[in-house]
Amino acid sequence: MKDAFGSPQSLLVLGGTSEIALATARRLVARRARTVWLAGRPSPALEEAAGRLRSLGAEVRTVAFDALDTGAHEEVLGKVFAEGDIDVVLLAFGVLGDQERAEAEPATAVRVAQTNYTGAVSAGLVCARSLRVQGHGSLVVLSSAAGQRARRSNFVYGSSKAGLDAFAQGLGDALYGTGVHVMVVRPGFVRTRMTAGLEPAPLATTPQAVAGAIEAGLRRRSEVVWVPEALRPVMGVLRHMPRALFRRLPV
Amino acid sequence: MSSPAGPAGPRTTPVTRSVTGWGRTAPTTARLVRPVSYDEAAAAVRACGARGGIARGLGRAYGDAAQNAGGAVWDMTGLDRVRAVDTEAGTVVCDAGVSLHRLMEVLLPRGWFVPVSPGTRYVTVGGAVGADIHGKNHHVAGSFTQHVRSFDLLTADGAVRTVRPGTALFDATAGGLGLTGVILAATIALVPVRTSLMTVDTERAADLDDLLARLSATDHRYRYSVAWIDLLARGAATGRAVLTRGDHAPLDALPARARRAPLAFRPGRLPPAPRGLPDGLLGRRSVGLFNAFWYRRAPRRRTGELQKLSTFFHPLDGVPHWNRVYGRGGFVQYQFVVGLGEERTLRRIVERIAARRCPSFLAVLKRFGAGGPGWLSFPSEGWTLALDIPAGLPGLGPFLDGLDEAVAEAGGRVYLAKDARLRPELVDVMYPRADAFRALRAHTDPRGVFTSDLSRRLAL
Repeated sequence: MKDAFGSPQSLLVLGGTSEIALATARRLVARRARTVWLAGRPSPALEEAAGRLRSLGAEVRTVAFDALDTGAHEEVLGKVFAEGDIDVVLLAFGVLGDQERAEAEPATAVRVAQTNYTGAVSAGLVCARSLRVQGHGSLVVLSSAAGQRARRSNFVYGSSKAGLDAFAQGLGDALYGTGVHVMVVRPGFVRTRMTAGLEPAPLATTPQAVAGAIEAGLRRRSEVVWVPEALRPVMGVLRHMPRALFRRLPV
Repeated sequence: MSSPAGPAGPRTTPVTRSVTGWGRTAPTTARLVRPVSYDEAAAAVRACGARGGIARGLGRAYGDAAQNAGGAVWDMTGLDRVRAVDTEAGTVVCDAGVSLHRLMEVLLPRGWFVPVSPGTRYVTVGGAVGADIHGKNHHVAGSFTQHVRSFDLLTADGAVRTVRPGTALFDATAGGLGLTGVILAATIALVPVRTSLMTVDTERAADLDDLLARLSATDHRYRYSVAWIDLLARGAATGRAVLTRGDHAPLDALPARARRAPLAFRPGRLPPAPRGLPDGLLGRRSVGLFNAFWYRRAPRRRTGELQKLSTFFHPLDGVPHWNRVYGRGGFVQYQFVVGLGEERTLRRIVERIAARRCPSFLAVLKRFGAGGPGWLSFPSEGWTLALDIPAGLPGLGPFLDGLDEAVAEAGGRVYLAKDARLRPELVDVMYPRADAFRALRAHTDPRGVFTSDLSRRLAL
């Protein structure tokens, strides 16, 4: 169960090697979390991540999960929930993809869309059903500021996050009053493996900062969290900027 | 949450809704069922489903003791009959959903009073047993269940047992947070009174040393005793407090006019606190100003003041839904006890709270007498401090964890009926009989019919 400050005792991470998710898991383990499920494609990185969380005192189990294999989601995630209540589900898988390549090879663009959107729709709905039966829990969905307006430089990724963001908002409304809380997290540019080699955007942030914002959001039961908070007004302006002008911005 | 004004009416069909404790933190959703007869209660227990159920009264437990995510919550306020008052023996037999407020309405005109009353009248008899509540008279009278002659308990097998003191089931249920079964009715020993007024002595204590010295030296002279403590005062004033102590007024203490109806019970009520108040209304500055005003307003020393019973015992009941003043972030109440001889621990904790500037305007210190037999019962001989803190205060979780450590190290404990955040590992340290409690539950309720968010959170 979550405590009065929204700190969970059990956590399920979808995308178990995500740096943001692991930074969040470390923070939550330092508080109350004792049971952590890391779901991801089996890999040494996944086992290593589990080992590091174990050394912090948590009981960690890994589970083979592939966002693209939506047919298996019910079975894989169903087994996790059958073992006990999950207080927080962190939906953290996603790929950035290469925009140039995606434009040249539509199949790679489809893969980005299927991972970031279709996979999340499937896993999100499967988890939502179990959380609903529990009568409590939070589903934290890692969206992106990039989903707020499609940009020339990464519109494939951005559009997948836009879809995910809209989906998560709608799911939050659908679950209102069921005891289940859906929180959409919209980080800006985060310095991680995923963005290595890219020029950091203004207001760039870190996985640790996102983790801190997620923990605070759980405490406040926020529905939307921007990281950093200053992105909220900035994106508010960018979203409503005329296209002719937006197109000319160096973004 | 049932309102103190009374239940909304019979609810025989379950309603699914969000439930929180009085502190309004950590909401979860459950099926609310309101049985209005013992048979309906038994049927509800039988039909509870895989996630179990828990009895709930008027929702005054601060934390998650009376909520059950995804399962059933049995609203017991429909079982509200006062069945028999024996004015010879001084006992009352009543349903578990009867509130202490109702008991006072029925009993005071007959010259009787409840044996133990907490800071609110809006708790049910079932809740009073399940939390083994205490009041300002704990140092002389002990806790609520020490005045319970017997209760009827609906257990997981669907049977109703009459449980008497001195049995394992009694001791597990006294303070057992509803996890041993559903209390249906209880027989309670009462206290005779001649009037419905209190004679109250008020005095100020300049600091914590002064306060503890006064409580140690003179508490035994009073039936009721409590100290309001200013936890925002620092330096030399750390722990300054206002002591109010008293007893039921004898008939001859009343002015002539009041003597005509000495047992009248007319608690006043203000309009309820509005909904949707912002967070942070009770910040350090506003609470600091209030505390300074409250301390200075109190007389240095005043004796024999006549107060209404409701003013003395239940000042906050005058403002329905006062818990809303903490905003939607809610609040936590932290109450712990440490034994006599652990004054240094108490002092260290008071200093830490003062240094951290927790905006707490409802901080109460009291000296407990000997504890009762309840396995999970909170009161034990020593010093108890209770304070309300807005839950949204940054870093509050780790801060209170630190206080828990100090309390546990001193052999003390925190009050589970008020808890919403204790680290589960500390339950067994603070409550050495928790294992016996779990063993009894495993034996009498192997399927885990009686389950609450608290029992899940603390693995009880």
